[in-house]
Amino acid sequence: MPLDNPKGQSFRLVGSRPDRPDGIDKVTGRAKFGADMSAPGMLVGKLLRSPHAHARIRRIDIKKALALPGVKAIVTRDDFKEIEGDLRDVSRNVMARDKALYDGHAVAAVAAIDTATARKALKLIKVDYEILPHVTDVEEAMKPGAPVLHSDLFTQGVEPTPKKPSNIAKRHEFGHGDVAKGFAQADVVVERKFKNEATHQGYIEPHACLASVGNDGQGELWVCTQGHYAVRNVCASLLGMDVSKLRVTASEIGGGFGGKTTVFIEPVALALSRKAGKPVKIVMSREEVFRASGPTSSATVWVKIGIKKDGRITAGDAVLKYQGGAFPGSPVDMGAMSAFACYDLENVRAVGWDVVVNRPKQAAYRAPGAPISAFGVESVIDELAQKIGMDPIEVRLKNAAHEGTESSYGPTYGVIGLRATIEAAKVHPHYKAPLGPNQGRGIASGFWFNFGGQTCVSLNINIDGTVALAVGTPDIGGSRASMCLMAAEELGIGYDQVRTIVADTSSLGYNDISEGSRVTFSTGMATIQAARDAVKKLCGRAAQMWGISPEAVLWENGHAKPAGANAGDFPPLSLADIAKVAANTGGPIAGHCEVNAEGAGVSFSTHLCDVEIDPETGFTRVIRYTVIQDAGKAIHPSYVEGQYQGGAVQGIGWALNEEYIYGADGKLQNAGFLDYRIPVASDLPMIDTVIVEVPNPGHPYGLRGVGETSIVPPLAAVANAVSAAAKVRMTEIPMSPPKILKAMGEAQRR
Amino acid sequence: MVQVVLWGSLKSATGGATKVEVEAANIRELLSRLGEKHPGLKPQLDRGVSVSIDGKIYRDAWFQPIPPGSEVFLLPRLAGG
Repeated sequence: MPLDNPKGQSFRLVGSRPDRPDGIDKVTGRAKFGADMSAPGMLVGKLLRSPHAHARIRRIDIKKALALPGVKAIVTRDDFKEIEGDLRDVSRNVMARDKALYDGHAVAAVAAIDTATARKALKLIKVDYEILPHVTDVEEAMKPGAPVLHSDLFTQGVEPTPKKPSNIAKRHEFGHGDVAKGFAQADVVVERKFKNEATHQGYIEPHACLASVGNDGQGELWVCTQGHYAVRNVCASLLGMDVSKLRVTASEIGGGFGGKTTVFIEPVALALSRKAGKPVKIVMSREEVFRASGPTSSATVWVKIGIKKDGRITAGDAVLKYQGGAFPGSPVDMGAMSAFACYDLENVRAVGWDVVVNRPKQAAYRAPGAPISAFGVESVIDELAQKIGMDPIEVRLKNAAHEGTESSYGPTYGVIGLRATIEAAKVHPHYKAPLGPNQGRGIASGFWFNFGGQTCVSLNINIDGTVALAVGTPDIGGSRASMCLMAAEELGIGYDQVRTIVADTSSLGYNDISEGSRVTFSTGMATIQAARDAVKKLCGRAAQMWGISPEAVLWENGHAKPAGANAGDFPPLSLADIAKVAANTGGPIAGHCEVNAEGAGVSFSTHLCDVEIDPETGFTRVIRYTVIQDAGKAIHPSYVEGQYQGGAVQGIGWALNEEYIYGADGKLQNAGFLDYRIPVASDLPMIDTVIVEVPNPGHPYGLRGVGETSIVPPLAAVANAVSAAAKVRMTEIPMSPPKILKAMGEAQRR
Repeated sequence: MVQVVLWGSLKSATGGATKVEVEAANIRELLSRLGEKHPGLKPQLDRGVSVSIDGKIYRDAWFQPIPPGSEVFLLPRLAGG
């Protein structure tokens, strides 16, 4: 759906900052999250999880547990049929089969009358494990002789296909030109290896669901998720149910960031409910969230970039190794595609290796894969700028991708806003502000693809002229406010006259997951089309009442009007006037749209970061941070700024504090927020934001998704700032105080 | 004829070629003919891919026309958070 007016648009409501429709519910506690739902006769579900990183499960004895009074059902691998295809690994992650593949892998589950009974029953389940050697480090897992997780995993994308299984699932390669030739033309070449630890999305609300399957095989599921349609389809497949027999309702969501785009406990709760004949609620503990949901990859990244003294980059090369947990599917392909996406390069290559290890299966985390590769590339760009004595902003401007650039992953860019973000950074007061002792400044840019997807909405005109908009994409970042704004804009009514709800899976056609920065783009596009559909019908009703042709009616400022003098002289009819008599003019009035939205515009961001290091302790404080990002068109600027700030904060946590720590025994050592430190408000300065608007030609209002790009630059922006302050290049994150002290000490000794 | 550029690691399924040509007027025809002409690509096509036509990336749109002379790339299926 193309941009309505490429020469410039003006809006009545879009771009304003009304109150959020879910705000009061959330601050008063009225909003219902995953754990807030109850049902008569409800049982408590609890999972037994593997205490071993890698073990063959010889036998599971549930007899004693089942005999415990109050225990109503137990499920194990025997209750989940083997399935082939895309969902095989999902099913095996939900419940271990022949092997437990990581510390925390689900082995059995109990439904009992209360929590105490369920816990007691878990202790009575006897699992006979044969402990196997394990591996949790990505490079160790790639070595010949490493413990092999899957005997049927043979590396894809290499020639010839290996005859022996290994932990290397796949090789990806992207790029163009001749990197060797490019490096030969360079005046300066920098080559470095970087390392990052795995992090968790850190959503505040743990996974929770309430499942109820009746004797007739019909099921209901209340769940905290980013995509209830996907949950329905996956659960139905895993449990052999008809899709139509399972209705899924999405609760309010206390954060997801990609981590709630898959299933963990939902099929288990349904299986327990089906077996017990009663509703079953499962709520993960925080420890379970860390051990057994989907963190991101840890990785090693090698980057080599060559540059001329005039600042022109001649070649870029990268090798990325990402572990994706116990199953294939790390986001290394997207890491490789996005690594050099900010630059207009003649010679570029990025190779990615997808590796399995004995850790929980990774899940998406905001721009999956991209922050990791950007950390390496943007750090080396920073170092090259220093070596040739050029301002890092000038180096980026000299090489920035633009309309017509052949991207590093292939397609030629259309209209993009990278250069606009860098130029805005250059003139921002932050960039010129003086720095004090032990302080340093970093800059980094980042890219994300954005996409659209399947979307279905219904816009119903109520009898009093208000509007009920039903969408199928859980609101993870303020989308209900944006939808209200877009519907009201189209209909010519007030923001408060539209109420947007997230409908259950039986009320609307399929909707893809709220991911990929797609909701404001694609649900917004569908809302605009549904509103235009409703306007057409409203004009038709007015035409009926006036006895003129529908083509002779136009919609303006919330009213139907005769299109011109020839159409007749009739007083305008408001939306409320037409709605009031809908029963007499043909019945309910509604607009609909079913679309597979395409045309999402790519997004770019540039971040500025100032830090101060305590030279005695190595403790780093972010003292100023600015996010500049292209939104295409900000529908509700406060939410856009919130997305910018949230991505930056998560990236700062990844850069400075957060890490999964595994012991030599393969067990997670820090499964809680006391030992896994995410930044809180008191740790940070106010994150400043600048919204750049370079309209996306693929959306009627020109908007681009904004949810993910903001987490791409911070790892490098913070690392560049710390490197400047510490006067030594930091190549491992998180840059915890001991690492900074060690690097500073080594630099001084040199 | 549409010239399709594959991402590097798929060349093992096309005898080393990263650019292949097929007769196709839309994405459905493109994917179907690619699978017929290069059976080694079939598993990846079945798992899912994205198709870029003149810089716009499509994930599912079978009937998206491919105008003559378009720049066409086969890409991994995009996912997001």
